[in-house]
Amino acid sequence: MHAPNPSAPVYSDTVVRQFALMSVVWGVVGMLVGVVIASQLAWPDLNLGIPWLSYGRLRPLHTNAVIFAFGGCALMATSLHVVQRTCQVRLFAPGLASFVFWGWQAVIVAAAISLPMGYTSGKEYAELEWPIDILIALVWVAYAIVFFGTIGIRKVRHIYVANWFYGAFIIAVALLHIVNSAAIPAGAMKSYSAYAGVQDAMVQWWYGHNAVGFFLTAGFLGMMYYYVPKQAGRPVYSYRLSIVHFWALIFTYMWAGPHHLHYTALPDWTQSIGMVFSLILLAPSWGGMINGVMTLSGAWHKLRTDPILRFLIVSLSFYGMSTFEGPMMSIKTVNALSHYTDWTVGHVHSGALGWVGLISMGSLYYLIPRMYGRTEMFSVKAIELHFWMSTIGIVLYIAAMWIAGVMQGLMWRAVNTDGTLTYTFVESVKATYPYYVVRVMGGVLYLGGMLVMAWNVWMTVISGFSRPSPVPQPAIAHA
Amino acid sequence: MDILFLLIPFSVVLVLFILAGLWWAVDRGQFDDVEGEGERILRND
Repeated sequence: MHAPNPSAPVYSDTVVRQFALMSVVWGVVGMLVGVVIASQLAWPDLNLGIPWLSYGRLRPLHTNAVIFAFGGCALMATSLHVVQRTCQVRLFAPGLASFVFWGWQAVIVAAAISLPMGYTSGKEYAELEWPIDILIALVWVAYAIVFFGTIGIRKVRHIYVANWFYGAFIIAVALLHIVNSAAIPAGAMKSYSAYAGVQDAMVQWWYGHNAVGFFLTAGFLGMMYYYVPKQAGRPVYSYRLSIVHFWALIFTYMWAGPHHLHYTALPDWTQSIGMVFSLILLAPSWGGMINGVMTLSGAWHKLRTDPILRFLIVSLSFYGMSTFEGPMMSIKTVNALSHYTDWTVGHVHSGALGWVGLISMGSLYYLIPRMYGRTEMFSVKAIELHFWMSTIGIVLYIAAMWIAGVMQGLMWRAVNTDGTLTYTFVESVKATYPYYVVRVMGGVLYLGGMLVMAWNVWMTVISGFSRPSPVPQPAIAHA
Repeated sequence: MDILFLLIPFSVVLVLFILAGLWWAVDRGQFDDVEGEGERILRND
């Protein structure tokens, strides 16, 4: 055992640890708000007559918390871990990285306060008002400088594929945020969108779908491309495929947004572009899924005993499922049934709980022990328990929403022989009730799994120790 | 459809940026030993 060389550079892992732990914390918070609002839909009395706890205000708190707080911290933790390890260099501007961490937490807290107070721009997944949007932009520019700066000072010539996905995520989100959040302030926490009418709708859903494509897909594919090979001990199945599907994915995603606006005032040609590109998108998406799953070639037996690998592989299965379902729902005829129903909610959550949630959990279960001087989490059995709770929770959730959604679509379009509608709207609401109850149960299981993870992470952190990891230096030949 | 007068030239410029990026990558040897790069991450750390 060699004594650590005091002058050897060490990786900047403090910010990685901070983001990793906070992503678990925000995961619990965001999922808890999700269970609350699901319960309010089933039992509206749970709004309690209190404005700050009303469904309308809590829903964006839930979406922002799970996407940007939970997902965002997981992406920042893993991207800053992966970029350092694959470039064999410590972070560029670690002080700036610390600003990124604290700035992002400030954005989250500002969201947690302002959204229940009712401050909202009304734009889905972009509800935060203009002062917070400015803070987001500053933090994001700093994040880009740290990430790309680290690649710029890399000691390994090749830029590993995961970094291309993270890089595309960072650049795209910057572009999306700045364009969609353009607004004219009309008060300290009030603004009007720079766009109007159907043009605003198009900008919003160009943003919305690319938030899915770049924040929730490209970023997490970056995560997948590092942690799946590492956990499986196998290289990416086809590195060539990873390069090809990367370029195809980032190009095609940009055009899919109009599928949110089928049969609205959006021009037909724009709707058609959205539909066609969404269908094309199935191919590069499945390229990623196949690459990730087939990485286990020669290591399938590990699935029998390794629950972390199960998280990662099942997440890829949900990814494949959602990226098949999405293109199907983008077909105008299908969309005519599914739009505005709970099928859309089911689709969102199969991607969110199935893909984003499980890949984050698997990756964090790999990362966190190693950040605390261990090779394994405190309890592997607890990882196993978490896996089953979350998988069953997901299946309950999406099955309930599929049934509810198709039922709603069919009820709304049912006509009598004389041309009148068969059902009133409220009859479809009443028919949906049991599925809302099942959805609460699914969500409670998923949240429960997250609490098991929080306990496991806590036990791992207090029984491990964070010591600096030296950056491998090239061997120096001695005379 | 007037927005196309902006979108099409913008897209052409964007494609040129993408092709420039791809040219840079190929020229700088990013794709020279792809299978080896896949293995490399397993050796480090």
